[in-house]
Amino acid sequence: MTWFKRITKGISTDTKEKKEVPDGLWHKCSSCKETYTTDVLVENLFVCPKCQFHNRINAPQYFDILFDDGKFEELFANIAPKDFLQFEDVKPYSARLSAAQRQTGLKDAMTVGVGDVNGKKLVIACMNFNFIGGSMGSVVGEKISRAIDYAIKHKHAFMIISKSGGARMMESAFSLMQMAKTSAKLTQLANAKLPYISLLTDPTTGGVTASFAMLGDINIAEPKALIGFAGPRIIKETIRKDLPAGFQRSEFLVEHGFLDFIVDRHDLKQKLTDTIEWFGTK
Amino acid sequence: MQFLDFEKPIEDLNQQLEKLKALAEKNNVDMSASISELETTIDKTRKNLYANLTPWQRVQLSRHPERPYTLYYISQICDKFTELFGDRNVADDKAIVGGFAEIGGEHVMLIGHQKGTNTKQRQLRNFGMANPEGYRKALRLMKIAEKFNRPIVTLIDTPGAFPGLEAEERGQGEAIARNLFEMINLKVPVICIIIGEGASGGALGIGIGDKVVMLENTWYTVISPENCSTILWHSWDFKVKAAEQLKLTSKDMSSFGLVDDVIAEPEGGAHNQPEAMAESLKKYILDTIKTLSKIAPEKRIEQRIEKFSNMGFYEEL
Repeated sequence: MTWFKRITKGISTDTKEKKEVPDGLWHKCSSCKETYTTDVLVENLFVCPKCQFHNRINAPQYFDILFDDGKFEELFANIAPKDFLQFEDVKPYSARLSAAQRQTGLKDAMTVGVGDVNGKKLVIACMNFNFIGGSMGSVVGEKISRAIDYAIKHKHAFMIISKSGGARMMESAFSLMQMAKTSAKLTQLANAKLPYISLLTDPTTGGVTASFAMLGDINIAEPKALIGFAGPRIIKETIRKDLPAGFQRSEFLVEHGFLDFIVDRHDLKQKLTDTIEWFGTK
Repeated sequence: MQFLDFEKPIEDLNQQLEKLKALAEKNNVDMSASISELETTIDKTRKNLYANLTPWQRVQLSRHPERPYTLYYISQICDKFTELFGDRNVADDKAIVGGFAEIGGEHVMLIGHQKGTNTKQRQLRNFGMANPEGYRKALRLMKIAEKFNRPIVTLIDTPGAFPGLEAEERGQGEAIARNLFEMINLKVPVICIIIGEGASGGALGIGIGDKVVMLENTWYTVISPENCSTILWHSWDFKVKAAEQLKLTSKDMSSFGLVDDVIAEPEGGAHNQPEAMAESLKKYILDTIKTLSKIAPEKRIEQRIEKFSNMGFYEEL
C-alpha cells in the first residue's frame, strides 16, 4: 500500500511502454493494460477494443485500412536518403540510416501511395514513425513535393498523414528548409483548387506541425494524439510548472480552434469519402 | 567593451593599452610611439583571430551582448520609421517589431526580431522568442506591404519561437506554418536577413524571401547547438561539436545554396563597428530592392517557389 497514487499519467514515457505496432501473440494495451491477442487488435484496426486507445501504426496499415481492398500504387519509392553533410553525433548519420532501413525495410520515413477510397482517387503521403521517429529530412520533403505534383497532374485529392517528432537534426538546415519547401508546394496545390486533407496522428510535433500538418483545407486528428510545436518536456522546463491534463492532445487542439474534428480510426475511411465527395474531386 | 572567451588575447592587449595611456597621462610623457605600436599589435591579433573563427565562436559572436539588434539598425538606416503594433487578435508581441520605414528614399515594410539590451528589456522582449502573435503581426504587416506594393525586409535574430503554454494554446505551429504558406506567394520583393541567431522555425517564420542572406558571423539551422547536443549526445557538453556538425555558418549555408548571399562584417564583428555594419546593411537592402524590382511579380514568385522546392539532398535509385 503506497501513500500516494498517481492519478494522471506522467509526460515521460518509459522505453518499455513506447507504443509500437505489436508483433507478439498477445498484446497488452499501454493505456488500460487490458490483454488480448494480437489478432483481436489487428481486427480492430489497432484500436484497443476496451478503451479505444489508438496504437501507432504506419503507412502499410493506413493504406490497408483506407484504400479499397488494400490496393494502391506506391509512388516515388526510388527516392532514398543520402548523408550529404556526413553528420556524426554518437554515431554517424549514415549508420543510423542503414540501421533504420534494415529494421523497417523502408528507405525513409515517408511512403506515398495512390488508389481508390470508396471509388474516389486519393494520393496519400504517410509518415512512418518507426523510421528515425518519423523525422522530416530531404526525402520526406521531396516525396511530398512530388506527390503534390502528381495530384495536380491527375487532379486528385491529396492527404498527408503526419506522425513525426519534427525535423531531422542530422540533416541540419536542409531539414529546416523542408518546411519551406512543402509549404511552397502546398500553395501550388491550393492554386490548382485541389483539396488537401491533413490528418495528424500521435505524435505530430516540431517542424511538421509548423508546416504542412497545420496547412490542410481541413486539419483532422485521431483521438488523444499528441500535437504541438514544442514538446511537452521543453515547455515544462521553460515555464517550470506542471502542464494541465490533456494539454496538446487532439481534444485540446479542437477546443483551441486548430483542428476541424477528431476522427476515430474506424470512421476514417467514410469521413474521407464524404469529404472528398464534398470537395468534388474525381 | 565586453570580450568573449576566445578574445582573451585582445582583452589582455587592450588592458595593457589602457594602462599605457593612463601612465602617459599621469606622468605627462609622450608615449605615442609605444601606444601606436600596441594598437597595431591589437589590430593584427584581432585580424588573425577573426580570420580563423570556429563555428562555435561565430555562434558566440552572433549572441554577443553588444551585437546590434533590429531597433538599432532601424535607428541607423531609416530616414523615417513608424512602428506598428498588434496582431489584431490577441496582443502585441514585443519580440517582433515592425513598421513603415523609409530607407534611402525607398518605402519598405521593415520587420524584425528584437532582443533586449538590459535585463528588464530582455524580459520585455522575451529574449527575442516570439509568440504566435508575433508571427501573426508580421504577416499582417506583410499583407499591408503587398497591398500597397512596398518591398518587405525582415531582420532575423532569434534563439527560437517561444516554447510556452500559451504559445501552444494559440497555435505556435499554425502561426509559423501560415507565414511560410503566405510569404512564398507575396507579390512584392521580400528580403530576409539573418542579423544574429537564426534558430529553426522561429527564424523561418519570417524567413521566406527572394533573397535570404546572412551577416558573416551569424548562424542559421534547425536547432541550437546546445539543444542539439542535449538531444543527440544526451549531454550539454557537446555544443562545440554540435556547432561543427550542423554546418550552420554563413559560409556553409551559402555553399549549400540555402542562403543567397553573405554580407561581410567589419573587423571584429558587427558589435565592434556597428555603424559600419549598418551602412553595409543599408547598401545591401537598397541594391537588392533595385535588382528585385526589375523582375515581374509572377516571375519573382515562380523563382521563389523554385528556389525552396530545390532544397534537399537525396538519391534516386
